[in-house]
Amino acid sequence: MRFLENPPRFFFFTGKGGVGKTSIACATAVQLATEGKRVLLVSTDPASNVGQVFGEVIGNYITAISAVPNLAALEIDPQAAAQAYRDRIVGPVRGVLPESIVKGIEEQLSGACTTEIAAFDEFTALLIDSALTENYDHIIFDTAPTGHTIRLLQLPGAWSGFLEEGKGDASCLGPLSGLEKQRTQYKRAVDALADPLRTRLVLVARAQQATLREVARTHDELAAIGLSQQFLVINGVIPEEETVHDELAAAIHQREQVALSAIPSALKALPQDLIRLKSFNLVGLDALRHLLINDALPTPQRSVEVLPQPNAPTLSSLVEEISEDENGLVMLMGKGGVGKTTLAAAIAVELASQGFPVHLTTSDPAAHLSETLEGSLPNLTVSRIDPHEETERYRNHVLETKGAHLDAEGRALLEEDLRSPCTEEIAVFQAFSRIIREAGKKFVVMDTAPTGHTLLLLDATGAYHREVTRQMGESRVHFTTPMMQLQDPKQTKVIIVTLAETTPVLEARNLQSDLRRAGIEPWAWIINNSVAATSPSSHLLRQRAFNEIREIDAVANHHARRYALVALQKQEPVGVDRLRLLSNRADNEILKRLG
Amino acid sequence: MSIIQIFDPALCCSSGVCGVEVDQALVSLSADIDWAKQNGAQIERFNLAQQPLAFAENASVKAYLERSGEEALPLVLVGGEVALAGRYPNRSELARWANITETDNTKPQQGCCSGSSCC
Repeated sequence: MRFLENPPRFFFFTGKGGVGKTSIACATAVQLATEGKRVLLVSTDPASNVGQVFGEVIGNYITAISAVPNLAALEIDPQAAAQAYRDRIVGPVRGVLPESIVKGIEEQLSGACTTEIAAFDEFTALLIDSALTENYDHIIFDTAPTGHTIRLLQLPGAWSGFLEEGKGDASCLGPLSGLEKQRTQYKRAVDALADPLRTRLVLVARAQQATLREVARTHDELAAIGLSQQFLVINGVIPEEETVHDELAAAIHQREQVALSAIPSALKALPQDLIRLKSFNLVGLDALRHLLINDALPTPQRSVEVLPQPNAPTLSSLVEEISEDENGLVMLMGKGGVGKTTLAAAIAVELASQGFPVHLTTSDPAAHLSETLEGSLPNLTVSRIDPHEETERYRNHVLETKGAHLDAEGRALLEEDLRSPCTEEIAVFQAFSRIIREAGKKFVVMDTAPTGHTLLLLDATGAYHREVTRQMGESRVHFTTPMMQLQDPKQTKVIIVTLAETTPVLEARNLQSDLRRAGIEPWAWIINNSVAATSPSSHLLRQRAFNEIREIDAVANHHARRYALVALQKQEPVGVDRLRLLSNRADNEILKRLG
Repeated sequence: MSIIQIFDPALCCSSGVCGVEVDQALVSLSADIDWAKQNGAQIERFNLAQQPLAFAENASVKAYLERSGEEALPLVLVGGEVALAGRYPNRSELARWANITETDNTKPQQGCCSGSSCC
């Protein structure tokens, strides 16, 4: 593996949930420790199974791993860190100020940015030379801060006022206000991150076009702030020999090879490693030792003889229930790359085929999906919102109005605040909220939804109410705010989309509890790209299908009120017929048409 | 001279940066505060989202919050006494409380706002 050559002091593994960051970080730690280096492994994975991997209880303190000499590990729970951080600010006034006010403050500090900054706060100390870190040759993190966080910490304006003096002016910098450590400490931590001699960033991806595009963006963003030493690892690539007797495996292989040959140019220049899909579960030292070795496949732990066929509901059963209401808003929500846009299109096509008027609106950056559908069905309207354009317009509006009076430092800070992920979410949702109102007359299907946190923040200030009033003009018609509409299950169905893997399911659960905080009960879950819903003969795919069963079971029995299982497709689901196949697992008539 | 204390509602995102609209009152206020400070006024601001303890420890502010709720903020105290509630002060009010004589050459300058205080 090239990313292991001449190892520097710090390793950061970054990539979206479920690509295998934690496993690769663990394997790296084991390998370096085996070479005799003293290694500290730091996991911030909320689904952290580092303890389980090493058969050790770890937790929020540095623990020596007895099975691997020279290796110690530490688990940081970002949610717990964020909670501790909220408690520092809110704790002293709980029971003193009115309950509703305390709740409001807590909500302000409940966003994704706060969680990330709180986690960064926790591991700052590990990036600085100290008695704590001098015992280790290498410190390995299974995560990396985002460009937004680092840039925020680099801005001098961020540190003016109370952060240094303990009091002062009201600042934009909500998430930073509870930081404990001193500015000098953050500066040293950020300097260590941006030092190519000390820090190596490993981008972890899958051989999928969307994932690679996302990784290319991360690459650009982090390179721009000085993290120039980057390596690319593509995990879970299906080996060619698996494709011989299995059509699905062959189709996946084909798609992966296409994605790899069309790899974004920004990534092409990076040193690259491929890790083949393994049939074994990455639990136990032996499995970890084999992860980074491609030619020596250990014999499978057990061969999967009988594959349990999940008797799971199809997407069409969900659509049937949706259609009973004859109109309404359907919003799909989930992390990037789980297939929200495709599934939104599938639901819209299914509803439109049944004769209902449907408006499908997506924020899909690749426009081909919506373009291929336009005009394909008489009842189906398709529109697209460009998130980049919407965000840019919003950002400029704020800078022109609010930023006009700011000096250079203040303006830089405001600009950075406007690059936060919340800003994009709000800008896009504002654009969508113009279309939402149509849902009283037809079906409106969207591939996005605002998080509960955003809704609560906006609702708390009455900003939505004012916005709606403004848009309605002087007319005195009865209206509801988007928040009210979203909370009403008669008008709105929020569907959570996930994959049958540990981390994506955990991320989906977090989305669900976030929505519940805002009084919105997700109506259903969709598990997409399931191998278990197919009948693979490839050994690797059978093992993967087998691993999926546990996650499908958890969603079906614990997390979702109702759910549907959608099979991994041999062909990209583009066009009406292929989209309809997603809803109806084995519709012979459609299959016949497709040949 | 009496200290002017401004108790803001929970600001940050909800004040505009992440919100659906930008509150022009806050923009003007920042400029006015800066002007008053340059003319010798002592002004402190407290953000409910970030310094809730300051609200809890001041009996007048705490009582006001309990009676009228967060939506009744901002609250302005001058020398510890309630001077204004429910809206932000304008430049003349700040001038009166801080004993500043408003003349033409004390008119605001562009780009006067320092640091992050405009947010």
